[in-house]
Amino acid sequence: MPGSTASRFKGLTSSITSNYYVRKLAVSIITLLGISLLIFTLARVLPGDPARLALGPRAPEEVVEQYRRVLRLHEPLYTQYYYWLVDVLQGRFGISLVTFRDVAVDIVEFLPATVELIVFTLIIDFIGAFVLGVLAGRKPNSIIDNSVRIFTYIAIAIPSFVWAIILQLVIASWLDLLPAYGRLSVGMSVPRITGLVTVDSLLTGNLPAFIDGIRHLIIPSLSLALGSIAQEARILRANLIENIGKDYVLNMYSHGIPPTVIFFKYALKPSMIPTLTIMALDTASILGNAFLVELIFNWPGLSRYGVVAMLRKDLNAIVGVVLVIGLAYTLASIVIDLLVAYLDPRVRHRR
Amino acid sequence: MSGDQVSGIAFKDLERSIRRENWKRIWYRFKRSRLSIVGLSMVATLLLAAIFADFVAPYPHHAGLYIGFKDAYKPPSLEHLLGTDMYGRDVLSRVIFGLRYAFFLISIVLSLVVPTGVMLGLIAGYYRGTWVETVIIRLSDIFISLPPLVLALSIASILEPNVFNAMLAVSLMWWPWYVRLTHSMTVSLRNEPFVLAAELQGASVIHILLRELLPIELGTILTKVTLDAGWVILIGAAISFVGLGAQPPTPDLGTMVSEYSKYLPDYWWMTLGPASGIVLMILAFNLLGDGIRDVFAGE
Repeated sequence: MPGSTASRFKGLTSSITSNYYVRKLAVSIITLLGISLLIFTLARVLPGDPARLALGPRAPEEVVEQYRRVLRLHEPLYTQYYYWLVDVLQGRFGISLVTFRDVAVDIVEFLPATVELIVFTLIIDFIGAFVLGVLAGRKPNSIIDNSVRIFTYIAIAIPSFVWAIILQLVIASWLDLLPAYGRLSVGMSVPRITGLVTVDSLLTGNLPAFIDGIRHLIIPSLSLALGSIAQEARILRANLIENIGKDYVLNMYSHGIPPTVIFFKYALKPSMIPTLTIMALDTASILGNAFLVELIFNWPGLSRYGVVAMLRKDLNAIVGVVLVIGLAYTLASIVIDLLVAYLDPRVRHRR
Repeated sequence: MSGDQVSGIAFKDLERSIRRENWKRIWYRFKRSRLSIVGLSMVATLLLAAIFADFVAPYPHHAGLYIGFKDAYKPPSLEHLLGTDMYGRDVLSRVIFGLRYAFFLISIVLSLVVPTGVMLGLIAGYYRGTWVETVIIRLSDIFISLPPLVLALSIASILEPNVFNAMLAVSLMWWPWYVRLTHSMTVSLRNEPFVLAAELQGASVIHILLRELLPIELGTILTKVTLDAGWVILIGAAISFVGLGAQPPTPDLGTMVSEYSKYLPDYWWMTLGPASGIVLMILAFNLLGDGIRDVFAGE
């Protein structure tokens, strides 16, 4: 046995100090700056007057002129970007045209709902993919395996927003099993501590609100997760079948180790690694699809705020949301990297 | 002289027969899986329906702007297989015209993205270790470090909302993935003897990239193209669903889902039509892509 959990985590911390992750984080911060530059330039180069757009067609010319000066629209592009960047680094994204508040304030308000949705989705995704993949990989070409395969083909081909519409129609409207919109039922409220309804309701000991919050989470996260579940279940199944056919497994059989132990202890672990790597890519698609799913379920999160901002061409808000989502994606892929390192001794030692 | 000519002709014959053999083998590998045949026929059927939409659609004049209030909100029937919408337009006809936009999107996006991405990837891989590689790879990293759909949506949001800008947004988001793929293949082939031999014989860079390296990488690229077609539709549909792509009354599948989903749950058949159009397109290309992957995986 390669040591206790504690010593494995020791291996992890040493891999962090070998500053692979520090470098990765630094590179992604530079790329995020690149993205901000890209969007900023596109927005400024394209025709249209941001100040006029912000204040509306009926604002008097002097006021618009004044606002242009505030936005420094008279100065060259790189000066504008410099001042904008200095502001962003101090947490000032500018005023949103939708809410007329500082974008940073908006982000703080709307982010928790999205975090809650995404985390819940990832949990469902992981459990679903694990169960389906193991069920299918345990008995290849059985009835279970074939039904899982048919499910995966269909589930991958259905985009999240179509899943959202289907599930909302069937489960919420026709069967009336779960609520169709929002985070909490009308008349329920939870004091804002962390901003996550499920956590806050537990902290205040409000069990009915907790159950209500979970009930609201199920359909949106399921519609976000189903495509990823299918994809990961397929990868897990294929890897399980491949690993079961390897020599080390045959060796264990010949030593009389029970098949169940071989399957769950020795074949499953290496099969999880490619699945986790795919999960990093799926996290990207979940973060993207959240924009549509939050819109459909009227979920008061950052992504719906982002969509509204996009439809109104609210530039400050768009850049703010995009940067936050980009940072979240970077963090998510680092976490998955850490998990892979935890599972795969080869990766752990190479770094 | 004449001997050379004869052997030249014989060589051409040989080449032709080898090529025929290759196609036979490709077809053999492809048809081994029943699902890839299903995928191929689905893509073919959808493509034919899209091309001949004017003849296939039962009510071709319903595709765009048309108002016939007396037929509005009709559930599916023999007359209107997928029902009618709030203006009395036949949903099936609009979906068939929507396929046309979907194929249009795929062909424009992929014909912009694949040559650009592949060429940049080849160059980056060939000039490995130089500033050329650094610039190309860092630039594509910027685009890859955001979730694809988020990047596509934010680019589309800055442009005017219409079909062409949606295509532009998807293309801007997509090219780095081909750079990545071609770059890694080229790096591993860069020091193979045949590349060095070509260099020593004084072959131009263009010749080495396009005639020596590209043919070997083509199979993998082709597989990715087919597998990507489904995702292009997905991203395109998402952009129009949000309202940043084609605008009504354009019969675009994503736009239609967004328009019609406002009438849920009572008039569910309106949404069902375009939604299944999207799903069928993605499913068809996924199955076809799996089949093509099997063909090249054996090599």
